[in-house]
Amino acid sequence: MPRSALRILLWTAVAVVGAISFAMVALRRGESINAIWLVMSALCCYALGYRFYSKFIATKVLCLDRRRATPAERLEDGRDFVPTNKWVVFGHHFAAIAGPGPLVGPVLAAQFGYLPGTIWILAGAVFGGCVQDFVILLFSVRRDGKSLGQMAREEIGRVGGFVAFVAVISIIIILLGVAALIVVNALKASPWGTFTIAMTMPIAVFMGLYLRFLRPGKVLEVSLIGFVLVLLAILGGQAVSHHATWSVWFTFTAPALAVMIIIYGYAASALPVWLLLAPRDYLSTFVKLGTIAVLALGILFIRPTLHMPAFTRFIDGTGPVFAGSIFPFAFITIACGAISGFHALISSGTTPKLISRESEARMVGYGAMMAESFVAIMAVIAACVMQPGTYFAINSPAGIVGTAPETAAATISSWGFPVTAGDMQALATAVGEKTLYNRTGGAPAFAVGMAHIFSHSLGGERLMALWYHFAIMFEALFILTILDAGTRVGRFMLQDGLGHIWKPLGRTSWYPSIFATSALIVGSWGYFLWQGVKDPLGGINSLWPLFGISNQLLATVALCVATTILVKMGRARYIWVTLAPLVWLVSVTFTASYQKIFHANPRIGFLAHAQQLAQETPANAARAHELSRLIFNDRLDAVVTGVLVVLVCAILIESVLEWSRVLSGRKQAVASETPFVPTRFAEEAGQ
Amino acid sequence: MKNEEVRMKNEELRMKNEGIRMKNSFRDRVSTGFALVLATLREIFDENAYARFLLLRQIEPSRAAYAAFLRENAYRRERRARCC
Repeated sequence: MPRSALRILLWTAVAVVGAISFAMVALRRGESINAIWLVMSALCCYALGYRFYSKFIATKVLCLDRRRATPAERLEDGRDFVPTNKWVVFGHHFAAIAGPGPLVGPVLAAQFGYLPGTIWILAGAVFGGCVQDFVILLFSVRRDGKSLGQMAREEIGRVGGFVAFVAVISIIIILLGVAALIVVNALKASPWGTFTIAMTMPIAVFMGLYLRFLRPGKVLEVSLIGFVLVLLAILGGQAVSHHATWSVWFTFTAPALAVMIIIYGYAASALPVWLLLAPRDYLSTFVKLGTIAVLALGILFIRPTLHMPAFTRFIDGTGPVFAGSIFPFAFITIACGAISGFHALISSGTTPKLISRESEARMVGYGAMMAESFVAIMAVIAACVMQPGTYFAINSPAGIVGTAPETAAATISSWGFPVTAGDMQALATAVGEKTLYNRTGGAPAFAVGMAHIFSHSLGGERLMALWYHFAIMFEALFILTILDAGTRVGRFMLQDGLGHIWKPLGRTSWYPSIFATSALIVGSWGYFLWQGVKDPLGGINSLWPLFGISNQLLATVALCVATTILVKMGRARYIWVTLAPLVWLVSVTFTASYQKIFHANPRIGFLAHAQQLAQETPANAARAHELSRLIFNDRLDAVVTGVLVVLVCAILIESVLEWSRVLSGRKQAVASETPFVPTRFAEEAGQ
Repeated sequence: MKNEEVRMKNEELRMKNEGIRMKNSFRDRVSTGFALVLATLREIFDENAYARFLLLRQIEPSRAAYAAFLRENAYRRERRARCC
């Protein structure tokens, strides 16, 4: 049989298997399904998307040219620009884009059932997220590795550059606030978890000193040692949690943990990079890559059953985890697993400086995002293997279900998801916690699901508590790394911006400027964290949508840049490739923003909630003070959302005007690519 | 150092990756896969960056060399965004 016929048969088989798997996932009602159907449908979607859609984009839309030298080859300096093997770049890029987002978002969105999140993750990635990462990477490669902000300024105009700058600063601040809140909610009243996470700091410092003075440069070796020490810290945490005195020392309330994290964030961002940031970054990457691989194997090995229905009653917007209907809130809750504007920063950061052949941008940009999307599918599975009653007991805030176990269990059971106080106590004991109620934020629910999968693969129920705390450590470890690194990145951006106003503020070695800008960044995300901790609805209800909106608005900026470049390249007939996800994102984010600001339901609309609070008659002065603070927070959230939308409107209008000028012939289409230089790799390969 | 010289210095590192592609037997493919995973980890964990730093300056690994590498690398690492 000729090879072409074999290929047709193979891809037909993939399409058929994918269709059957997806039918199993989508059409079963009222009965549990096996997670393997989800895995199969996802893998087939990715295979078809990569083979056909990304190839179409590569050949017809972007016209990738294997003979064109990349900046890694032309500007090779052994430091920033280094031609690197495509698989190595793929791994490097994936490690850079994978964070807590694809784990937390799908867990929160599971309140709608497993199906809405799954469909959005697959469709969003194949037609949106992968495309965005791929085109931005390629356009950055063709511009000597320029950043998204630089491309926005050059291709769209000064407004584009300014909006990209503000969007990035905003997203960093909101992200850090939400990420810190997730850690706080996971560690509150948990001496085991708090001890383990506290120990990661001296372990990281030890790794830094080991690398600097004992075995310079042996990063893999010290990461392995650090990993073993972290495992010992998890075991030590168990002992601490059972010790009468030590368990008290490591038991903290949410506000106390928030204050500690804010102080830590400020101190850590001022320490030398080699002492804390770099070694903990190595450690968290080591744990992250290993855990994701083991989780994938665990799911394939035990093939768990999903207990969450395809749709829950909360598709109407009355969900306890966060308020709002499927459209638009499912699509902003899940960002990183489907499409994330933050990825555009990575795709226009280090990665374009490592690509050795232009054709490899497809595998790195499109392919790594598919891998990230698969991580999100695993998070859906981890959330949905739990009984729905358990899921809602963990993720519902005290303001909705109350704090008493019996009341919470009765409320959740009344929704049609039976759970008893006894079940929850047994689960809490099994994972080594006093209680699992009101653990909003997604991390504890993901940890329970992951512990469930791991304990069925390795060690049985006896190791459930160890696996749970391993999962908490895994999430908290790289969230703390993000806090430290994000504060530094935000500080440098702020210094760059302020340097235009007063030169000394832009000097990154001037301590008054360092202290002031660090305080400004930490104070900003610390404020959001404090707001979340004090929120009776758990904080996630208002902050996660805010994060999702800002992340998707950044994706809107990236897609505006990509569409503008396609128009200028003379590829206007194919602009639907970036225009379709752009239109979708604009409709999702603008609807979500409008609803978050103006919706009449106080659980959704910031202003309606502020008005509801304003009508309350305070019982005493303390309550009056708390009310005025909550009202201010609601109005602040509304203003932040509004400002982001106005800025993105500005870049949208400027982009559309630019397209119109170019397409009508009033402006010459000039894309600022670096001129063609033939690659010497082609000569070496005889091409 | 000029681009051409840098290119020559890096050739040794690159040839390791290019050379292993030529092998075809199952055993060689397994070892190629293993080598790629190791190369990826070494890139992610900055061991390759340190090796390139030593090659560029033609110096032996030492505490002083690593301290110099950390100083040079700190600027880039501090500005490297971590994704959500």
